[in-house]
Amino acid sequence: MGLDIRIPIGSLFVILGALLAGYGLLGNPTIYQRSLGIDINLWWGAVLLAFGMAMLALAWRAARAREPALA
Amino acid sequence: MHPAAIDWTIMGVYFAFVLGIGAALKRHMRTSTDYFLSGRAIPAWITGLAFISANLGAQEVIGMAASGAKYGMATSHFYWVGAIPAMVFLGIFMMPFYYGSRARSVPEYLKLRFDEKTRGLNAISFAVMTVFSSGISMYAMALLLKLLLGWDFTTSILLSALIVLVYIFLGGLTSAIYNEVLQFFLIVFGFAPLVFLGLEDVGGWHGLVAGLRQVAVSRGFAPDAWTSTWSVMSRPSSNPMGVEWISIAMGLGFVLSFGYWCTDFLVVQRALAAHSMAAARRTPLIAAVPKMLFPFLVILPGMIAIASTLHGGASGLALPHKADGALNYDMVIPLMLGHYFPSGMLGLGLTALMASFMTGMAGNVTAFNTVWTYDIYQAYIRHGASDRHYLNMGRIATVAGIGLSIAAAYAANRFNNIMDLLQLLFAFVNAPLFATFLLGMFCKRTSGHGAFFGLLAGTAAAAMHHGLTLPAGSATGIQGGWIAVLHLYPSQMAQNFWTAIYAFGVCFLVTVAVSAVTRPRAQEDLKGLVYSLTPRLRAAAGERWYARPAVLGACVLAGAIVLNFIFR
Repeated sequence: MGLDIRIPIGSLFVILGALLAGYGLLGNPTIYQRSLGIDINLWWGAVLLAFGMAMLALAWRAARAREPALA
Repeated sequence: MHPAAIDWTIMGVYFAFVLGIGAALKRHMRTSTDYFLSGRAIPAWITGLAFISANLGAQEVIGMAASGAKYGMATSHFYWVGAIPAMVFLGIFMMPFYYGSRARSVPEYLKLRFDEKTRGLNAISFAVMTVFSSGISMYAMALLLKLLLGWDFTTSILLSALIVLVYIFLGGLTSAIYNEVLQFFLIVFGFAPLVFLGLEDVGGWHGLVAGLRQVAVSRGFAPDAWTSTWSVMSRPSSNPMGVEWISIAMGLGFVLSFGYWCTDFLVVQRALAAHSMAAARRTPLIAAVPKMLFPFLVILPGMIAIASTLHGGASGLALPHKADGALNYDMVIPLMLGHYFPSGMLGLGLTALMASFMTGMAGNVTAFNTVWTYDIYQAYIRHGASDRHYLNMGRIATVAGIGLSIAAAYAANRFNNIMDLLQLLFAFVNAPLFATFLLGMFCKRTSGHGAFFGLLAGTAAAAMHHGLTLPAGSATGIQGGWIAVLHLYPSQMAQNFWTAIYAFGVCFLVTVAVSAVTRPRAQEDLKGLVYSLTPRLRAAAGERWYARPAVLGACVLAGAIVLNFIFR
């Protein structure tokens, strides 16, 4: 369909994950009282980052598999 | 709720992607098939996720969480009984006719199978319904944003309408489908931590069960009324839904569920966009897998909230009260977002919520522009124009559909009762539909007159049944009993289920009776449209055994049975 949807999904979650994890790492730790003392931004940001990278890796692999057919 | 800079950044990044996808797809939209059916070129996992996401609008998320609090685990009947079997049936038995007939929409299938008047009836009622549904979605979103963020009603409406307009106008159905997939992941990632934190707060699963036992006892039910699904369904009075197992199985599990999942073009359109017959058949089956697990994502929050409110969670999560003193169940999700999520995650959660409102609108708009262009405009207004002409008409219909939705949202804001009345009318129109499709696809004798008059009679039966019955404790009028009160139902849900059962039964009988005295279509016209006149599908070359629809379908059904058993 011209555009592999895994590229925008992967990129979006890499960016969101990096934003959240970075904020969790560097931001004010007192805000985590509401999340029961868990730095949810850091942990969940890392999960989003890993998911986004996995999506990009799948898209990259599919693109490589298509290339020889074009050449 | 006071979002910080990080929250606004997250929302901004998401909406930039949404619009970016629309813009990137624009150059691929060359024909009307590209625009309305994504060129029939999308892989099954994408159409599958879009299929489920199109149904996962915000009303679904907020409503199911509210039901989780009101009724507990039994709400999962809407998934494990009221969705999975119908989705499997659609994939295995019905998709060969939808996809195989090359019909471009559900009303068009009715035209091919029956006649013009049956198509017209379905197309027009469906088009009106989509516009109002999209308007209701917009209205609900504007109300919530006003409450949570203090946004002005008009600002919310216009902003959400503009975003949806831009991405559908540019990228058509593909854009809607891609954004639905994006939203699927956003909802899962946005709400899963909510369930995790909520469970932690009430003392894990065991703490939740203990809390819900107290909730059940304090409301005069058996202790397991909030944590079981079937064992409390012997009598309407033994469960908070006020229904018994037969109306769950027949009304919800058969009539309503099959009527929605197997005939609603909004969801079927996603499968029609798949790149092959096999992919189209796998679409609802793949969709059934996440659907089966959604109760843990959307119903559990409600159960956590009610246990915490009445039993006292560690962090003091408590549902607010409405003006009349009753608990405001619709606030479960927004309340928990604000309660558990710090800045950062709050942005992600709010984005997921807004995204689901917008895909709810977008799904209706793409279904509307297709039905309008193919089934109303091309059929009755301008036949035989160039493909370019219909592509442009699709874009105009997109703008017009969104404009009408905005009008509907304002109407909902001004006259709340009108919306209740319309939703009731839609329910009457939809209730008998599945009987028509069932007889149409599996009985070659069914005639066009039979289908048409069956549908009218079924709708009339639904209205009559509603007018003659009333849920206990309700006033006559919009709740029912506007002709006379012949029967009292223990709850509104029981009344809804039985309305559907009567509508289906009457439609079925009238269709059969009228078909018996009218002439059916010639058999050669029905090839590919009726089961007995269509050659069996052989497995596609190179299709792996586990990807075959029958195998996938059996696995999905087995999964649903296991879940029903575990949470019986």
